[in-house]
Amino acid sequence: MSFERTQEKLKILADAAKYDVSCASSGSKRSNASKGLGDATGMGICHSYTEDGRCVSLLKILLTNYCIFDCAYCVTRKSNDIKRAAFQVQEVVDLTINFYRRNYIEGLFLSSGIFKSADYTMERLVAVAKKLRLEENFNGYIHLKSIPGASDELMKEAGLYADRLSVNIEIPTREGLKLLAPEKNREDFIKPMVKVKNEIIQYQSEKKIIKSTPKFAPAGQSTQMIIGASGESDQQIMWTSNYFYKKFNLKRVYYSGYIPISYDSRLPQIGTDVPMLRENRLYQTDWLMRFYGFEVHEILNNDHQNLDLDVDPKLGWALRNMEHFPVDVNKADQLMLARIPGLGMKSVYKIIQARQFRKLNWDHLKRMGVALNRAKYFLVCDSRDFERRDLTGPQLKSIILQNTTSKYQKILSPQLNLFE
Amino acid sequence: MLVSEEHTLIYDGTFDGFLTGVFDVYELKLQTVIFQRPESVQESLFGNTLEITTDLNKADRVWKGIKSKTSARGSSRLYAAFLSGQWQVEALLLDYIQLAFESALLIDSDFSNETVLKISQIAKSVGREKHRMEAFVRFRLTNDGIYFATIEPDFDVLPLISKHFKNRYADQKWIIYDMKRGYGLYYDLDKVEVMQLSLPEGFDATKTKSDYFIASELEFQTLWQDYFESTNIASRKNMKLNVQHVPKRYWKYLSEKLR
Repeated sequence: MSFERTQEKLKILADAAKYDVSCASSGSKRSNASKGLGDATGMGICHSYTEDGRCVSLLKILLTNYCIFDCAYCVTRKSNDIKRAAFQVQEVVDLTINFYRRNYIEGLFLSSGIFKSADYTMERLVAVAKKLRLEENFNGYIHLKSIPGASDELMKEAGLYADRLSVNIEIPTREGLKLLAPEKNREDFIKPMVKVKNEIIQYQSEKKIIKSTPKFAPAGQSTQMIIGASGESDQQIMWTSNYFYKKFNLKRVYYSGYIPISYDSRLPQIGTDVPMLRENRLYQTDWLMRFYGFEVHEILNNDHQNLDLDVDPKLGWALRNMEHFPVDVNKADQLMLARIPGLGMKSVYKIIQARQFRKLNWDHLKRMGVALNRAKYFLVCDSRDFERRDLTGPQLKSIILQNTTSKYQKILSPQLNLFE
Repeated sequence: MLVSEEHTLIYDGTFDGFLTGVFDVYELKLQTVIFQRPESVQESLFGNTLEITTDLNKADRVWKGIKSKTSARGSSRLYAAFLSGQWQVEALLLDYIQLAFESALLIDSDFSNETVLKISQIAKSVGREKHRMEAFVRFRLTNDGIYFATIEPDFDVLPLISKHFKNRYADQKWIIYDMKRGYGLYYDLDKVEVMQLSLPEGFDATKTKSDYFIASELEFQTLWQDYFESTNIASRKNMKLNVQHVPKRYWKYLSEKLR
């Protein structure tokens, strides 16, 4: 491995890969049974954090940034005048192993620009994973990108060596995709996703009968959407997301606020702020759908197409549905507890366990870590002291906003900047 | 009412030593006790001082008793809380153990009880530190072919991370050395052993000198630093979040933070 050449390539191909936000390294259950290198049984580990506060858990690189496509939102689009580079299969293997041995990373996340054809590209991604598993006896985490349009045979092979596969649908709506990436169509993204989904189901059912059935993409599939590049609404984003979760059993959908990288008139211009607060609200909604028992249409529907920026989506839902409150924390079931603003799932479990011993009061809740500044308006407990005013949603919202400070204060009220 | 006599128990600072102390508390029916480690012994004006001799049989009996009166989660919380080495954590642990022995129910999830809540909170911070060390250990390959890392964790978490590293790096020799507590773990491709190093005079664990480390070690550090810089998105800079995830006290041994 020539140090200078690898260094140059690494800079280019890590820079090009950074817009893929997936960093998950958990859920694989691949153990180090044969005294080889690596073990992916536990929870994911974030080995470091970059200055943007994002976690570094995988060596996230492109195999190459040469690409035959010209998608407007993408840095590696054909028409973009940037430095191009390509790794050899062995170089990626060496980098992964040496980084892993030093405990820098949990594994490899390998994506690629599409050169020559989908199959040609996918074949090389698979070759890296295969080499790591078979020649290096590597049991760390491998996330491979499914290249849109890749053949079923290649996808099947990919799943045997990778822990996770993902294909990014990028643009939440068909119309947006047509405008920004006219050479691509949604069917190409969906085809490998369907294949992998079916294989996972088949392998899992075989595993029930024959224990030695090999693993197939044990950490499942994920996808990513760019937010704010094509004028879509939050409703469109989250309904699409919900569709993909349900239809393809996805483990995760990632939302990536669009970072302006082009002067293309179809897109937000360079210098436009990254919609980080909106992205945050979308993730919160995603969590409510996956862990809190909310249906997407409860939060986003035709009457309410975009999420509030000033309050989180659970508080927003509660303020529009005051008839469900107050909830008695000593009696309510898990699903209803999970709907109280200010209560996370950890607090919910603690409450359910602790209330078997005695009735809980404000003091107990506070010490357990419940965010009472919001929660206190929505619950009653073992105390005569509770919110007695019959407040409407909007009244309560203004009270709560007056008494809390948001880390997004600057974005929410930009006029404050005048006095800084 | 009689004023109950206060006893100071001096033990060797090990978990077995502490459990032996708990055994003696029950056997001698001691009422009010204070545990002290030899390095922090303060003469008590009142009461008696007892020296505890660590006895593995006694410790084992107490630990079995604890396990039968707590859930798996409860007993591992007790051990983690012990490793915090926090001032007077022993009193809190004893309180928890006595509660568990007296109660007909498993007390581990009684979060409205102050002792249970406190132990679970301390165990949580120790658990966080354990997880951080699994993330922040940075090995460097020495000229002897051993992957070597130095750490300075807030709590004594080496016993908790041993298994993780043994499973993961089964085919390489490694040492993880706690500079603060002066001991480390050495894996020799077969088993993990506790060891102490006599470090060379003037040895600076933050530097990668060719006297100790292989020639390409600095190259890999450079590649890692380059990768770390390239993967950052400047327009999303958020140092507050960054420091929240990687507090500055850990930066010393993180090569990517030193450039």
